[in-house]
Amino acid sequence: MSTATATDRSEAPQQRSLLSRTSHFLTLPAVGPLLALLLACVYFSVRTDRFLTGANLSLIVQQVMVVGALAVGQTLVILTAGIDLSNGAVMALGSIFMTKLAVSSGMPGVLAILIGIAVCTAFGALNGTLVTMAKLPPFIVTLGTWNIAFALTHVYSKDQTVTGLPKSLTFLGQTFPMYNTDVTYGSVLMLVLFAVAWYVLRQTAAGRHVYAVGDNREAARLTGIPDRRLLLTVYTVAGAVYGIAALLLVGRTSVGDPQAGQTDNLDSITAVVLGGISLFGGRGSIVGALCGALIVGVIRNGLQLTGVPSIYQVLITGILVIVAVSVDQLARRKGRA
Amino acid sequence: MKRDIWTSSRRRTGAIVAIAALSLVAAGCGKGAKGSSSGGEITVGLITKTDTNPFFVKMKEGAQKEAQAKGVKLMTAAGKFDGDNASQVTAVENMIAAGVKGILITPSDTKAIVPSLEKARAKGIEVIALDTPPEPQSSADALFATNNLNAGILIGKYAKASFGSKPAKIAMLDLAPGISVGVLRHNGFLQGFGIKQGDPSIACQQDTQGDQAKGQTAMENCLQKAPDINLVYTINEPAALGAYTALKSAGKEKNVMIVSVDGGCTGVKAVQSGQIAATSQQYPLKMASQGVDSVVDFAKGGKKASGYTDTGLNLITNKAQPGVDSKDVQFGLANCWG
Repeated sequence: MSTATATDRSEAPQQRSLLSRTSHFLTLPAVGPLLALLLACVYFSVRTDRFLTGANLSLIVQQVMVVGALAVGQTLVILTAGIDLSNGAVMALGSIFMTKLAVSSGMPGVLAILIGIAVCTAFGALNGTLVTMAKLPPFIVTLGTWNIAFALTHVYSKDQTVTGLPKSLTFLGQTFPMYNTDVTYGSVLMLVLFAVAWYVLRQTAAGRHVYAVGDNREAARLTGIPDRRLLLTVYTVAGAVYGIAALLLVGRTSVGDPQAGQTDNLDSITAVVLGGISLFGGRGSIVGALCGALIVGVIRNGLQLTGVPSIYQVLITGILVIVAVSVDQLARRKGRA
Repeated sequence: MKRDIWTSSRRRTGAIVAIAALSLVAAGCGKGAKGSSSGGEITVGLITKTDTNPFFVKMKEGAQKEAQAKGVKLMTAAGKFDGDNASQVTAVENMIAAGVKGILITPSDTKAIVPSLEKARAKGIEVIALDTPPEPQSSADALFATNNLNAGILIGKYAKASFGSKPAKIAMLDLAPGISVGVLRHNGFLQGFGIKQGDPSIACQQDTQGDQAKGQTAMENCLQKAPDINLVYTINEPAALGAYTALKSAGKEKNVMIVSVDGGCTGVKAVQSGQIAATSQQYPLKMASQGVDSVVDFAKGGKKASGYTDTGLNLITNKAQPGVDSKDVQFGLANCWG
């Protein structure tokens, strides 16, 4: 993985001692974020006895389920060396479609949900088309669609919060007992999303192609990977994931909120970056993004429980993001040298 | 092999740096929170719309002072922007988990916050809305707030008294569609001035989100539409100051009267210098301190507050009009916020 490692290894070739295996484990991309997450948990467990309870841990997962789901789509896009600024707004639009269709038009819940997800998928496809066909930079494309989705949300909702939702829309906010702890269905769905994305990225050819295109699009194309079709698929799938995030959002707040998701695009990027995934594409594990989302949730919850004003959570997140990106930059520079 | 471990892994160095930074920051911030989980202590939660608006800064200050005086612990949280419901929902959940006795909240989204408030009340927590009522209002135990309709009526009456029989051409710089505070002040102004919505004297109506820059843009557009505007109603003082800037650059600031609502220190100073003719002053500090008192009473005596408590209003102006009660700028400055 680096020239330094290579020289060190040549001194003691093939020796797989426990020590070197530990050292190898520590070079896995998601380990840094995972350790940071565990450390934060240990810290807050020591500070307050209210932190390390099943109910509280379940609550933290529930609180990050929306940003976590968005981070799944964001990870896919960022792995291709793209970025998606539109995801929070697209999710908000999807959630307004679902709730308004179900409440105002009296549409069956399932149909309303499907239409909402379809709207988000269409936005993903639009992003993908503009990036691949019109060859516009993802930053600009999604900056544009962010504003479009935001405006459509407010136009369609007339700035009114949609209340009185049927159960078929809010079931993801319901809980079921597991080891005497209430777990939200939405939390489980988010974890399933991560598991599926992890499997696809690790174990399938398409997943490896995502990494290849993100690492070096030209080289990937020359090896016969259909780069444009792949990118279009990635943005479209990301859009569908935002549709699921919209359903999670509706389940979590039990309303259709036109103001929702305004900072979620940046929050999802924060989760991805904290997870050690390179903004330059091609490197990182989606497990890291889950850790990144959880780190933000743990710090927010832990600081609240210990009575620290919420603004410090923002401060700490900011510092952590810079630390995480610095680490990635250092790794890249060393990797090239 | 030892050297191998310490030199081989860049990622591990990264992890160590990250962990070190995290623990340093966490340790630094945690200092003030010693003994937070000690049993028996009363904890009050305060959730404001944002951390940055001086109105909420003053509210927090009032809550902190009162909490200190009563020997209880105050826990605070806020949304990232006005309208940020998700952050408020998260804050309510975390405060329930932290075992607070009562939650004081200025809801960012009056309807969307309701399920969370109900969750808190189901856990036996007293929920008091400050400044802005949730919808329905009954989803909080009590409301401590300014009467925003009266705030509008006061400046409407004042404007009517100063205009007398002189014909008015009015610009109304509102908040945003569907937000009760803005609607109530707007309707109050019309009522106080003695006209109805749609009256021909209303030359222009624009939303400003209570923002100075947007207030300026709105006023500029209104002047394009109706250059002879001579009375400007503004939702709050930042919007009023934006309107003043627009009027000044059009050379019309002398002949146009601006009335507003809030009573922030910047706003009262603008009344002092004559930029704003009159403003209805409200008292966020009082809302918060009364809220803390109420939670302490509930924790000690078991009785929850209920209904609506008006935290009061005063019209601040240096050109008092007969028949309209008002206080002078000195009073306004002594009681202003921000």
